[in-house]
Amino acid sequence: MSFKKPINHHPRLEVNQLGLTRRDYEGAISTLCAGCGHDSISACIIEACFQLNIEAYKVAKLSGIGCSSKAPAYFLNQSHGFNSVHGRMPSVATGANCANGDLLYLGISGDGDSASIGIGQFIHAIRRQINMVYFVENNGTYGLTKGQFSATNDLESKNKYGEDNLFKPIDLASMAIQLGASYVARSFSGDRDQLIPLIKGAIQHKGFALLDIISPCVTFNNHDTSTKSYDYIRNHNEAVGKTDFVPLGEEITTSYASGSSVEVNLHDGSKISLEKVNSKFDPTDQGKSLSYIREKSEEGKLLTGLLYFDENSNDLHETLNLTKKPLNQLTQQELCPGEEILKEINKGLS
Amino acid sequence: MAIGANWNGARGFTATSGPGISLMSEFLGLAYFAEIPLVVFNVQRGGPSTGMPTRTQQSDVLACAYASHGDTKHVLLFPADPKDCFDFSAKAFDLADQLQTPVFVVSDLDMGMNDWVCEKFEWDDTVSYNKGKVLDYEALEKIESFGRYLDSDNDGICYRTYPGTHPEKGAYFTRGTSHDEYARYTEDGNINAQTLTRLMRKFRTATDLVPEPIIEINGEDSCGVIYYGSSKPAVLEAKDILKTKNINLDLMQIRSFPFNLDVWEFIANHDRIYVVEQNRDSQMRTLIMAEGGISAEILRPLVHFTGDPIEASYIVNKISEREVNYKSHKNIKER
Ligand SMILES: Cc1ncc(C[n+]2csc(CCOP(=O)(O)OP(=O)(O)O)c2C)c(N)n1
Ligand code: SF4
Ligand SMILES: [Mg+2]
Repeated sequence: MSFKKPINHHPRLEVNQLGLTRRDYEGAISTLCAGCGHDSISACIIEACFQLNIEAYKVAKLSGIGCSSKAPAYFLNQSHGFNSVHGRMPSVATGANCANGDLLYLGISGDGDSASIGIGQFIHAIRRQINMVYFVENNGTYGLTKGQFSATNDLESKNKYGEDNLFKPIDLASMAIQLGASYVARSFSGDRDQLIPLIKGAIQHKGFALLDIISPCVTFNNHDTSTKSYDYIRNHNEAVGKTDFVPLGEEITTSYASGSSVEVNLHDGSKISLEKVNSKFDPTDQGKSLSYIREKSEEGKLLTGLLYFDENSNDLHETLNLTKKPLNQLTQQELCPGEEILKEINKGLS
Repeated sequence: MAIGANWNGARGFTATSGPGISLMSEFLGLAYFAEIPLVVFNVQRGGPSTGMPTRTQQSDVLACAYASHGDTKHVLLFPADPKDCFDFSAKAFDLADQLQTPVFVVSDLDMGMNDWVCEKFEWDDTVSYNKGKVLDYEALEKIESFGRYLDSDNDGICYRTYPGTHPEKGAYFTRGTSHDEYARYTEDGNINAQTLTRLMRKFRTATDLVPEPIIEINGEDSCGVIYYGSSKPAVLEAKDILKTKNINLDLMQIRSFPFNLDVWEFIANHDRIYVVEQNRDSQMRTLIMAEGGISAEILRPLVHFTGDPIEASYIVNKISEREVNYKSHKNIKER
């Protein structure tokens, strides 16, 4: 059962430009395990939407199947949600997005959902540049079905039952960069300071934005041999920079030593700024991003932050030159060629 | 994709020549259970598996009728020539929106790939699309609370909303898991049973909306023939030839599933009916028997499944053979 939370606003709760409080962005009470990384991600989505003054009813939340895919029920109650079938949220999102480009599409998926059964769909959503934010709540396991290895699990890591994983993991972030995703970031569910700006950047970005978020499963994959455990991430996380999100028209308040920070312009004029810890790193160069991720991974480190970014990519609507007006608002006159045209066609057939 | 588009209020369809039905069955169950309109064109090829991809059959009838795991039933339309294909396509979109469920246009490769002579396509500009029960901003303003799966009209069809319609009302969570009238997840078996029962109510409502059969009665002592789809010209020709041999046929062309009252009446009025179809297992016959509790004796398979279109001579031979047998049998009994 999911329960609706009681709505009674505290008079002093902070409101955003729409006059809404954070509570207005919440969803039903979560039924996930206490401490599950997925809940922390939901909280960050709520915060990001609150800060960006998003109108929740203009958001579509889509997911596949898994604990992660249940999460859309736990944020943005005023948004339409769609919990589809395992691994195939990308195709539903593609159809929905083509039909109505005016909504903000948040896709929530798991590593099982996207890297195992749904990898074909995942690939094509990227290749087509669906304008959406695609969250992979990555815990290296099939949480919902009680802890089988997923395709992002580490070689030789043990599962809850003591068995070894015999296969190398798929790195979804690298794969997405290779496939041409125009915004690729990695983060950790427990790092709000990094994650919230990355989510905000992804929301403002036009094109396919992947957020590969390590999100420990406390019940089935939070042990010493897992690189997706809380402890491992805390000890081995190497961020490519401090991430800060600067909305359109606002001044950059944080000051970076010149040359140590890089600003990334987003489609709508707002900016993401990254503090560069490594001067070699340039998130707009596919090749460099890929080799940097690889280099760090060979050192046993997980590179987090904005890993790749291309501000000039076209999304699917532009590529296909789709009508601007949502299809559900087109009138019959606009949609139907009518009897006269049919007569012409008939002439050609007789 | 088509499901996502329909969920967003667009009219989306997809097409297959059979394998897509198998591949996408899970999605068809989702659309059935979450009540999302969808149109699927199935131009049936020779099956099973990859089968004879360039030959014709009518062997996906059952696969379409009950596609997906769980208790599911889908609305099917059976066009019998290209003109029907045109008309039923438009009809299918209206039905899908009205019934908020997948609707299949079940054609076959003979119609899909061969040249046919048929009536001219016509379009009536005065007819408007039927988008079914959709609540817009104004309608949502007027209601207290929105329940996506509330059967307020008692016809099994509930009111839906498109995403992005209203800032405070009308949002709901579409899901394939068991849900209550407000689209909330529930594990209460009774509530789920109520949903499944309501879906049957909706299926009964469909009975009055789908195209009725075309029936031709040709005299007292006739035997019945049921046919559908591209078998039509062969059946009509066979009827004329058999008449010259003193075998009269009463014909019923089935044009849709669920079957309506006329179908059951025709069956009730005949003691023997040949069911002409282009598949091995006499799938339409199975569907009729299963849905109407009709005895196997009354419905007699007349099947053809080489992948070539069925011909009149084939039907003539099969029926005259069996009618001679039937009549001699009957004579023995009467003596
Ligand atoms: C076709 C199909 N196969 C298998 C399942 C069973 N199943 C449900 S969730 C799941 C794995 C979920 O893993 P992930 O996407 O990583 O989500 P998590 O629960 O870890 O967040 C599986 C295998 C299913 N629902 N559908
Ligand atoms: S099983 Fe794991 S992934 Fe699922 S809710 Fe529990 S902690 Fe989260
Ligand atoms: Mg997982």
